[in-house]
Amino acid sequence: MELFLQQCVNALQWGSFYALIALGYTLVYGVLRLINFAHGDIFMVGAYIAFFVSTAFLAPDGVFGFSRELSLALTIPLTMVFTSIVGVALERIAYRPLMRKGAHRLYVVITALMCGLILENGNLALLGASRKTLPTLLDKNIYSLGGVAVTNLKLWVIFAAAFVFVVLHFIVTKTRMGMAMRAVSWDKFALPLMGIPLERVIVFTFILGSSVAGLGGMLFAMSYPVLEPYMGAMTGWKAFIAAVVGGIGDIRGAFAGGFLLAFVEIMVAAFLPSTFRDLFAFSILLFILWQRPTGIFGKPLTTKI
Amino acid sequence: MLKQAYAFVCAMALFAPCGGHAGQTVKIGFPIPLTGEIPKVGESTKFAAELFREEINAKGGLDVGGKKYPLEFIFEDNESKPETAVNVTLKLIDRDDVLAIVGPQSSRQAVPAGAVANDNETPMITPWSTNPDATKDRPWVFRAAFLDPFQAPVAADFAIKQFKAKKAAVLFEISNDYSKGLADHFRIAWEKRNGKGAVVAFESHGPKDQDFSAQLTKMIAAKPDFIFLPENYSFVALIVPQARDLGYRGAFMGSDAWGSAELMKLCGQACRGQFFSTHYAAAGAKGATKEFIDRYNKKYGYVPDDVAALTWDAVTLVTGAIQKAGKLEGDIRKMRKLIRDNLAAVTEFKGITGNMRFDAQGDPIKCAVIVAIDEKGDFTFKESVCPQ
Repeated sequence: MELFLQQCVNALQWGSFYALIALGYTLVYGVLRLINFAHGDIFMVGAYIAFFVSTAFLAPDGVFGFSRELSLALTIPLTMVFTSIVGVALERIAYRPLMRKGAHRLYVVITALMCGLILENGNLALLGASRKTLPTLLDKNIYSLGGVAVTNLKLWVIFAAAFVFVVLHFIVTKTRMGMAMRAVSWDKFALPLMGIPLERVIVFTFILGSSVAGLGGMLFAMSYPVLEPYMGAMTGWKAFIAAVVGGIGDIRGAFAGGFLLAFVEIMVAAFLPSTFRDLFAFSILLFILWQRPTGIFGKPLTTKI
Repeated sequence: MLKQAYAFVCAMALFAPCGGHAGQTVKIGFPIPLTGEIPKVGESTKFAAELFREEINAKGGLDVGGKKYPLEFIFEDNESKPETAVNVTLKLIDRDDVLAIVGPQSSRQAVPAGAVANDNETPMITPWSTNPDATKDRPWVFRAAFLDPFQAPVAADFAIKQFKAKKAAVLFEISNDYSKGLADHFRIAWEKRNGKGAVVAFESHGPKDQDFSAQLTKMIAAKPDFIFLPENYSFVALIVPQARDLGYRGAFMGSDAWGSAELMKLCGQACRGQFFSTHYAAAGAKGATKEFIDRYNKKYGYVPDDVAALTWDAVTLVTGAIQKAGKLEGDIRKMRKLIRDNLAAVTEFKGITGNMRFDAQGDPIKCAVIVAIDEKGDFTFKESVCPQ
């Protein structure tokens, strides 16, 4: 029983990262019907930005020489801001020109794939292959609750994922901007006629998605402190699958899908030989999709997001 | 029309420049992991090789039969991937016409690349690979490191002595020949010493994994006396802290893939106080080994790891075999054959990683070193274990 609870905690923490990335996929898809395959790599960029920002701040090596707490408090918003700049830049440079020319969505998706590869290999060329490690920003405390070990960092990660979900859900369902986002997903062509600035809504969506990926990347770098240029690729792919299983375009789906994937992965590794983890995990997900092709929360061709 | 023909001739010249120039330089190819999972291993290889080349070329080149030939080293990135290792090894053999290959380093790349070198009858010496399959039944492939069937019992004996351990847990990378092979050999060695079922957990993970909490939770629940991690240093830096987060207080025992100069930078506090088996210990070295360490440290600013030292030995072996050939001309195939025969004829060699003898398979018989990671994060000599 203890073992099971411990694995649940593991799954909650691991699922938080999937959920944070999947939310970005689903937001962009929900608004633009575009699978932003570069999103996993934006997550990687977020982790690297967190590395550079925090090393610049933190004493004794940093330029500013701030204390740990202050560095942490500053790194979180700055990482989110810088990562969203990268996300918006991608939209500006790669996606918008294509969409303005009326290119088919398929070409934009391929462009996104290429952008991801450019980010990975650009990082490799710029920073070299040697791994980076995030400086310690948070003193780790290990709590033992009835035989289940939890660290304060893990609790923060789970809390952050839940908090981001609530905030995004609020923005999409309760604010004017959220209403505009939903309107874009309804009818992109009627929208400008109603006086809604389409491109501004798209930029806002990319800011939301990328800043969440930046936060995810930073928390990931704190939890798994070995940074490498390809770290976002596999995790990003899996988070995309999670978003699809949850029902892409629906932020509840991204959240649920992320945790579902993590639970399946962890529980397969926990109770079956770990060699078969991905084989079994993805067979289960395939079965779910087979039963519900639109995902758990997905509705066929109605409002997305 | 003339222009096109000219371009065509140029293109041809680009692809086959070597025919007329063979014999001008001594060409050795290095298919090494400059990027990917273990970039520091590639860097160490390159640095050690360049140190060697500079030393020889400063004297005018390699002395073969009274004539001096400058060394030319060609470094190719194998991206730490088996398939890329095969491709670049083939490229070095076919296009660059190298006389011999030094590398790849990790067994994951060395096992498949060894097949290529053997099929193409090009002598290859892998400095760091410890999996027996790299050289097994391959007359053209050699190595400078000891073997996993030797390393595994060394680790097992040390754990029994140091930790008074009876139960062991193992975590390894399933897609890595090195990691998987060493884990298997360790299980055999451990069960021979402590009876069946003494390996209480035997778990694996994939090549891109970052979270090991599921496997570690399972392993910790089995209450092992220590955890054996035959893993690359980049995984070690993830696994050890994660095990601590899950409440594991016991010891870890590692293998030679831990010994990278980058381990402590990535792993930090968590890896201190652990032990691993390896090829040499930099601290307290004497003679030629010390000379190498000092020169490397002066040039590159850090103490060379075992990969660098083994690469030095491997290059010394290869250049020695070329010198013994006594001449450097004629057919490249014949030259390669001559180098292979000279390598195979080496029975004893005094390297900077210790003295070695070579068996019929082309594998060295040499001592292993147990290294302790001290409080400052330095790799210090703990003990030396020699084959009987």
